[in-house]
Amino acid sequence: MLEMQEISQVYQTDLVETHALRGMSLSVDSGEFVAITGPSGSGKTTFLNIAGLLETATSGTYMLDDQDVSKLNDNQRSRIRNEKIGFIFQSFNLIPDLDIFDNVDVPLRYRGFGAAERRERIESALNQVGLSSRINHLPSQLSGGQQQRAAIARALAGSPVFLLADEPTGNLDSLMARQVMDLLEEINANGTTIVMVTHDAELARRAHRNVQLLDGRIASPEPFAPQVAASEAAMQPVA
Amino acid sequence: MFLYYIRLARMSLMKQPMLTLLMISAIGVGVGACMTITSFIYLMSGDPIPEKSDQVYAVRLDAWSPEGPYDESKPEEPPPQITHVDAMALLESPVPTRHAAMRKAVYTAVPENEDVAPFLTVSRMTGGDFFEMFNVPFLYGNGWSDSADANAENVVVLSKETNDQLFGGENSVGREAQFGAESFTVVGVIDEWQPSVLFYDVNNGPLNPVEDVFMPFTITDRRQVAGSGNTNCWKDEQIDTYFDLLGSECVFVQFWAELETDAQIAEYQAWLDTYTEGQKELGRFERPTNNRVSTVTEWMDIEDVVYDEVWIVMSIGILFLAACLFNTIGLILARFIAKAPVVGLRRALGASKSQIFRQHLIEVGIVGVVGGVLGLALAWLGLVGLRQILDDAERVVLFNFDLVALTALIAVVTAILAGLYPTWRVCQVSPATYLKTQ
Repeated sequence: MLEMQEISQVYQTDLVETHALRGMSLSVDSGEFVAITGPSGSGKTTFLNIAGLLETATSGTYMLDDQDVSKLNDNQRSRIRNEKIGFIFQSFNLIPDLDIFDNVDVPLRYRGFGAAERRERIESALNQVGLSSRINHLPSQLSGGQQQRAAIARALAGSPVFLLADEPTGNLDSLMARQVMDLLEEINANGTTIVMVTHDAELARRAHRNVQLLDGRIASPEPFAPQVAASEAAMQPVA
Repeated sequence: MFLYYIRLARMSLMKQPMLTLLMISAIGVGVGACMTITSFIYLMSGDPIPEKSDQVYAVRLDAWSPEGPYDESKPEEPPPQITHVDAMALLESPVPTRHAAMRKAVYTAVPENEDVAPFLTVSRMTGGDFFEMFNVPFLYGNGWSDSADANAENVVVLSKETNDQLFGGENSVGREAQFGAESFTVVGVIDEWQPSVLFYDVNNGPLNPVEDVFMPFTITDRRQVAGSGNTNCWKDEQIDTYFDLLGSECVFVQFWAELETDAQIAEYQAWLDTYTEGQKELGRFERPTNNRVSTVTEWMDIEDVVYDEVWIVMSIGILFLAACLFNTIGLILARFIAKAPVVGLRRALGASKSQIFRQHLIEVGIVGVVGGVLGLALAWLGLVGLRQILDDAERVVLFNFDLVALTALIAVVTAILAGLYPTWRVCQVSPATYLKTQ
């Protein structure tokens, strides 16, 4: 479903050349729930940006849903982001002026769906995350957990092939974090592939597989081991 | 998507009303100032008789002083008017299809109704050809005949307004109207007619309204009526009586001819040259032969109807608009940069650059349209102000469809120009940049 081969990303300035990813290879199967962990500067954000087609890798091949997306132009990347990827951000990234209905509607508008289909998808997605009763609320009228659930509904509404979550519980207290994780697990159990970038060892433990990044390379492609998470937790406090 | 973009634009503009008001005001004031000046110049420089401007010609002869030209700043140009002697001679030319000598005079109209006080009227003393030559529209009747000119008959054509005053707007053709001590037979009443510039007599005021009454040029001789227009003399002559003036070298008569073909123009030019050569033999026309027939637009240019200072003012207006434009660019840029995180999010969620571009261009387009409406209102106020300054320009300074359309176009183009760079900038937002920081 997602296959990266020898992905490298180099940021070049006049004075400095920074290697954010160094020949990273990763394969994620359909229906998997994969956690990407690693200390700051390990390349997690760069991986997320490349996986989400928000950046283009300097070199390497990226196959998404059996399509080579490494060399697409900006318009093509926009379309694939819109159709195949659902984003969940640490800070929710809801548009404050729009109510929850309109926030969930944003990617569907760019998809070109008709009004009836949009409404059906929005209501279904909000129902799935338990926010049907908050459809006309502004983000500021919701709790952090509810905002993140709204963001998850926005990610789900377009029926993406996978969800890309960036520290999805980073701004939530432990109770709400657990609820959001429960929701993500439920979504995954329903067949949606999830790739989650996180600092949180406990969250990573709930994934099927933990991929640890270190200096732009995969340090541990093995299934999650508690001692790895413990050492990482000691090294990097949760943001 | 268009309606969606409109909705987003409305929300965005309402979110920061003061900034929106500033942007609209900047465009409105710039467009308003520019359009006030442009409107005035447009009306002044427009062709006042487009359907015939290539057929009617101002005729001038240079019978001025041998010591120097009439106008030192334009030494190649003959005087704008001709002498009465020459006017009467030119009326004998068989070449033009139509021609008319003319001058301005003032008469007192005495209404039949004694309850209505007599009032002053401005009269154009001219020939019967005047009306057909200049396509003057008639409400009732027509102009007068050649015999009325030849016999200096007391006939009159009234303006619609004068007919309203004297006869309550009725068809007055055939009725008698008293001007001064004499009675005139009404032969026609003209309909609403106001060239944007009074082209046939710009030296007496290009912004003047059309005259109240029209009478045969020839009756001025019989009645010895002094004209009220400009009279310019160069020769040291004894002028004690009206007939002294008529026989003098003073210029006070405007002369127009209708010439329909190039051959006719050439023939008329030759006729004028022959005439002046003959006059030279009589001791007149001591300057080099310099007879001119000029089209309406040439004539308005020669007479500086749109004078140079106006173009300077126009340049200032355009510079002012440019200043407002740059101001607006700054305001829009500030607004769009503040929106960059949301733009980044929209890009991440699948919006293409072109979709973001269209969304923001519609927003600046709305600012342009509203700014244009404001500019139109301010331009209207500016023109009303101009009317106050130029108290005889009331009929000239008017809005028309072309100007309204031009104002709207300038406003929207200004807004879009102002918005292009900020819109382009906001489209360059990398979707990843703001997602962590929003």
